[in-house]
Amino acid sequence: MRHLLSTQDLARTDAIRILDTAAQMSATQSREIKKLPTLRGRTVVNLFFEDSTRTRISFETAAKRLSADVINFSAKGSSVSKGESLKDTALTLQAMGADAVVIRHQASGAPYTLATSGWVEAAVVNAGDGMHQHPTQALLDAYTLRRHLSGTALSAPGASGPDDVAALGADLAGRRVAVVGDVLHSRVARSNVHLLHTLGAEVTLVAPPTLLPVGVEAWPCRVAYHLDETLRDWSPDAVMMLRVQRERMSGAGTGGGAFFPNPLEYTRKYGLDARRLRLLAEHAVVLHPGPMNRGLEISAEAADSPRAVIVEQVANGVAVRMAVLYLLLAGDTSGDRTDPAPTTERVRVP
Amino acid sequence: MSADTTPATAAGTYVLRGARPLGGEPVDLVLDGGVIAQVVAVGTADVDGAVVVDAQGLVALPGLVDLHTHLREPGREDAETISSGTRAAAAGGFTAVHAMANTTPVADTAGVVEQVWRIGRDAGWVDVHPVGAVSVGLDGTQLAELGAMADSAARVRVFSDDGKCVADPILMRRALEYVKAFDGVVAQHAQEPRLTEGAQMNEGVVSAELGLPGWPAVAEEAIIARDVLLAEHVGSRLHVCHLSTAGSVEIVRWAKGRGIDVTAEVTPHHLILTDDLARQYDPVFKVNPPLRTARDVEAVREGLADGTIDIVATDHAPHTREDKDCEWAAAAFGMTGLETALSIVQQTMVDTGRMTWADVARVLSAAPARIGRIDTGERAHGRPLEVGEPANVTLVDPAARRVVDGAVQVTSSTNTPFQGYELPGRVVATFLRGTATVLDGAPVEKE
Repeated sequence: MRHLLSTQDLARTDAIRILDTAAQMSATQSREIKKLPTLRGRTVVNLFFEDSTRTRISFETAAKRLSADVINFSAKGSSVSKGESLKDTALTLQAMGADAVVIRHQASGAPYTLATSGWVEAAVVNAGDGMHQHPTQALLDAYTLRRHLSGTALSAPGASGPDDVAALGADLAGRRVAVVGDVLHSRVARSNVHLLHTLGAEVTLVAPPTLLPVGVEAWPCRVAYHLDETLRDWSPDAVMMLRVQRERMSGAGTGGGAFFPNPLEYTRKYGLDARRLRLLAEHAVVLHPGPMNRGLEISAEAADSPRAVIVEQVANGVAVRMAVLYLLLAGDTSGDRTDPAPTTERVRVP
Repeated sequence: MSADTTPATAAGTYVLRGARPLGGEPVDLVLDGGVIAQVVAVGTADVDGAVVVDAQGLVALPGLVDLHTHLREPGREDAETISSGTRAAAAGGFTAVHAMANTTPVADTAGVVEQVWRIGRDAGWVDVHPVGAVSVGLDGTQLAELGAMADSAARVRVFSDDGKCVADPILMRRALEYVKAFDGVVAQHAQEPRLTEGAQMNEGVVSAELGLPGWPAVAEEAIIARDVLLAEHVGSRLHVCHLSTAGSVEIVRWAKGRGIDVTAEVTPHHLILTDDLARQYDPVFKVNPPLRTARDVEAVREGLADGTIDIVATDHAPHTREDKDCEWAAAAFGMTGLETALSIVQQTMVDTGRMTWADVARVLSAAPARIGRIDTGERAHGRPLEVGEPANVTLVDPAARRVVDGAVQVTSSTNTPFQGYELPGRVVATFLRGTATVLDGAPVEKE
């Protein structure tokens, strides 16, 4: 793996390798000293053309826990708004000797352009590009799902917590995930559809028809317009709520706007509330990539319920990003297992 | 025309020995005094004092006419100039181009169109026929001085806000009506603006995957449908620029069946390239209208072959490197085409058996000249290769193959979508009223 640009590029074995490495990383994070020496002397640049404090600090934490030097480059305003061009920014980073560039950009494909242009030699990690992809988000979602939908976590409904032993090496074969909300504008949905499919899960996208892209029929998933029916009749093992931007309803928004009548109607038809939560199977979990619009796509009861693994997703995000940076910068490209944390034991059996 | 400063007859005598007019039986074509002086059996032309061009195996076509060229001057001389663009046109086999109005300043007054016309005349590579803007500043609100442009030395007959759609139906109706007074035509860039806000590529399976805002086929088809009905209502003629979808072909076919006076063009790139190419996020494939699907490509080929689509026009749109060397969303729309158009038509239409060289002469010369109303008089284009006609002739070697390299093309810009393609056909020579502008495949520099 040279870059991480899209979950479509990940084969099943690649994906499982990342998730298993993340599990090892996660195990080190319960130690008193969380820092590993693995990437000492390497430089990771967080190149953010779009504000995202959560994603940036997650990557920053991940890189620092691996002892990498971290440079945060906030380049808000790209060549789209007549700032410095992506090319000049990239050449600057190359001159500074970046080993990895973590890029967040409002333009779909910008990480692809950066990786294939020849402007930089660094490994490129897509931290979210326009409406295209956000692969580490999908990986942390899959990692979270795998912990909760494997082994005892699944067989003892409601009774047990996550099962890290059963999760190791596992995929998500046969698990059902409903992805609900603004699919059209969502890079999280695109990343998840492909990764979950690769890992063997079944996906149903649930959204008003206005928030589904033309061409969605080619995606490896089902599409539904009704949340209640999907929860009741399809019995998902997990429900992933997508963030909805309030400005999407106005007629002046990008792409013509007017995607739904108003927030109240959206919540009524597609919001996850206490009533809909009760339609879920006992073992089913609720995910959200954050930041949440409480009261719009998810109610406080749902967000704060024991089924919600939303805070855990944040913690898993650091482990997954550690795994990605490790595999890109220190991983053995031959595919052999290397040990990212040689000073400690492997994943502890709980 | 009294404004001419260069004689239309400044030409030597050429004998094009063994050329095949429209791909037919070989003959000797004698060009003298700016006209085709003789068409005689091979080896029988009098070669005394003439330059003999060995044209054995070469197809002779009437000089090509482009109804849709962006020369960028005035305003964006960093991308192309009238001189460099017309030189590229000659290299591509053209003897006349229509220069689109979206320059800076916009070609919306007699002053600007006369300037473009005069610089083109001085450059001497091809006849430059400026297109006048429909609306002042391409703003889509107030009619530009169409009459003044028509009466100017540039004798404008084609009017277009190309790059932008004349979206206001009342403005479009008025323009269609108004240009009837001087036998003009409105060439519409069909793009419903609200349906294409922020649009980056064809809306479909590929845009859904790539997360790029879609440019739906319906945004083109809805405008074409409206405009053919308007043209019918007011009895005007309408030209549809760069038609790109299967649905558009059907609408134009229907309109022609009703007797509506509509003509349509397709670009070379829409005859061959599809939206799958966007997967590389390489902005060289970003163009407006966008590359469509394989089904659309098949439909426009069929439409061109059956005459629904009247002409091929390049929409040659040169851009500087910085306007393409960036992320997709930040890049400019457009691709170059003057030097590859004939090869693409040969590959997609002739070599596939769907069209003859006579058809090529129709869609790349006679029909565009007629639509632009430049098909009569001493400086006419698109005329048959017959004795007494202006000696606008293009010699093409259909058996040659060449690899496209933007870096060595004649145009000032490098944004060819065919970089590295091996294409059939090579323009060997171009004659503008008997003067060689291209010989041995290279532009003939002026002393």
